[in-house]
Amino acid sequence: MNLKNSDISSIIDWKPDEMGRIPLSAYVDEDIYKLELERIFYKKHWGYLGLDAEIPNVGDFKRTVIGERSVIVVRNKEGGVSAFENLCAHRRVQFCRERDGNRQEFVCPYHQWMYDLEGNLRGLPYRRGLRVDGELRGGMPADFNMSENGLTKLKVESRNGVIFGSFDHDIESFEDYLGEMMLGYFDRIFNGRKLTILGYNRQRIPGNWKLMMENIKDPYHAGLLHTWFVTFGLWRADSPMSLKMDPYKRHAVMAGTRSTANVEASLVSGVQSFKEDMVLKDPSQIDIVPEDWWNGPTATMMTLFPALIIQQQVNSLSTRHIQPRGPNSFDFVWTHFGFEDDDKEMTARRLKQANLFGPSGYVSADDGEVLEFSQMGFHTNPSSTSMAKMGGNDTQDGDCIATETLIRGMYKYWREVMEV
Amino acid sequence: MSLFDINEICRLYSKYEDCIDSEEFDNWVHLFTDDANYKVIPRENYEKELPLATLDLSSKGMMLDRIHGVRETIYHDPYYQRHVTSLPVIRQEDDSSVFCEANYAVFRTKLSEPSTVFNVGRYFDHIVKEGGALKFKSRTCVYDSEMIPNAIIYPI
Ligand code: FES
Ligand SMILES: [Fe+2]
Repeated sequence: MNLKNSDISSIIDWKPDEMGRIPLSAYVDEDIYKLELERIFYKKHWGYLGLDAEIPNVGDFKRTVIGERSVIVVRNKEGGVSAFENLCAHRRVQFCRERDGNRQEFVCPYHQWMYDLEGNLRGLPYRRGLRVDGELRGGMPADFNMSENGLTKLKVESRNGVIFGSFDHDIESFEDYLGEMMLGYFDRIFNGRKLTILGYNRQRIPGNWKLMMENIKDPYHAGLLHTWFVTFGLWRADSPMSLKMDPYKRHAVMAGTRSTANVEASLVSGVQSFKEDMVLKDPSQIDIVPEDWWNGPTATMMTLFPALIIQQQVNSLSTRHIQPRGPNSFDFVWTHFGFEDDDKEMTARRLKQANLFGPSGYVSADDGEVLEFSQMGFHTNPSSTSMAKMGGNDTQDGDCIATETLIRGMYKYWREVMEV
Repeated sequence: MSLFDINEICRLYSKYEDCIDSEEFDNWVHLFTDDANYKVIPRENYEKELPLATLDLSSKGMMLDRIHGVRETIYHDPYYQRHVTSLPVIRQEDDSSVFCEANYAVFRTKLSEPSTVFNVGRYFDHIVKEGGALKFKSRTCVYDSEMIPNAIIYPI
């Protein structure tokens, strides 16, 4: 990819001080997308690889992606985590097809090149040639260096059971990457306790990957699109809400505190779908039990640029990983988890509340649907712009739902990285 | 000699298909016993014995709430569903209940779009006799489909 800056501006026409409008080419243009992969996914940014609890034993591995590149994450012989690209050093075969498993080595099926759990090349058939009529014929050149021909390794950092990786070995530390404020919210959920994996959901959403980040930076839609919240009196427009960003404004957290006061008294105009008499036939779905570690907020939705969402919605916890597939589609992988010291009731509660989320969830299925309609709209008129002017034109932290400041913040950073 | 008439099981299956495909969800709920549960779960979780389901309705109240959600609160693209279910294989039975399984395929058609294969998997059923009729005590839909095409709104 050799898009020069001048070329980018010919694709994207974005005035420097125009924060509240996003050119639609940012969502549909192939060249911009390729540049995003290069500058955002493969350089200078940490990508989510998984949870320690998914690969507890030596040789346990899982396959995932950073951007579009296939990555294997392994518990290595030292008990640490290694990650390398799923691409054979020989003829670039994507040799690992399993989703996960346990291996003591990785062997490419094509010519049986063999790699250890750290991605080093350990052996290859006929390296020194084949003995024919008493003499060695063929084989790799004498100067072929095994140690220089391993798999492409990623830099890996784990924090309290969550594993991140990057193809860029000069990247800043994960702590610096997150910044102090985000790290606080991160450690609030992941404080070193052992996690329990509850299961996965996988959906393919026909929209640009950034739309998912925007959706979780958009408190404005929550009570309007997700009428389920409002119908059953579970959501109030005036509940305490704090919207914060790291100094670069690439990451954000929306932290809300659920109020239990009378719903009716608090409704603001514009939320029409509330039906006072609606109650859930099975109220156990919202049997919310506060947990010690909450320390205030009942919901924190974190967006870790570029592709991870960490969800705490009352007792429901998940990571949601965005896996882009071209500008027009991404896979969305949900990993629900709990903590090792959860009792049976708490596990049951987390599972029941999971009905709100995921590809079928009361307050998530509709997000996927509107993202698809967004992308459809963008295609019909890519030279147009979308608007994000709620709450002004700036990128300050926010304290109410009627603002799109976090979206503007992300694009401020995106423009710096993309040089737009 | 089989205790359960396979024709009767098939009749329950076809009623199930009919209720969902014609969006008669109240009648769909009536095909279940009062203590029934209904689950849609990816094969991955099922095989790893991970408890998370995509949809996990562990009571009739939750099933009724889901119907209300589908009709009134979950915003979604309009679509039609068509079910095709195989003949059941009976795994275990006694006088009052039968455990059986069947393959299913669900096709989805959105407005102005061709029909597509939406969700494919296997039903794991526990069926009981109640008041002379057969009802589901539990139905677990274990789907092979690796990627859900955006969202699952209606029951599978
Ligand atoms: S391509 Fe992998 S061993 Fe040849
Ligand atoms: Fe949402």
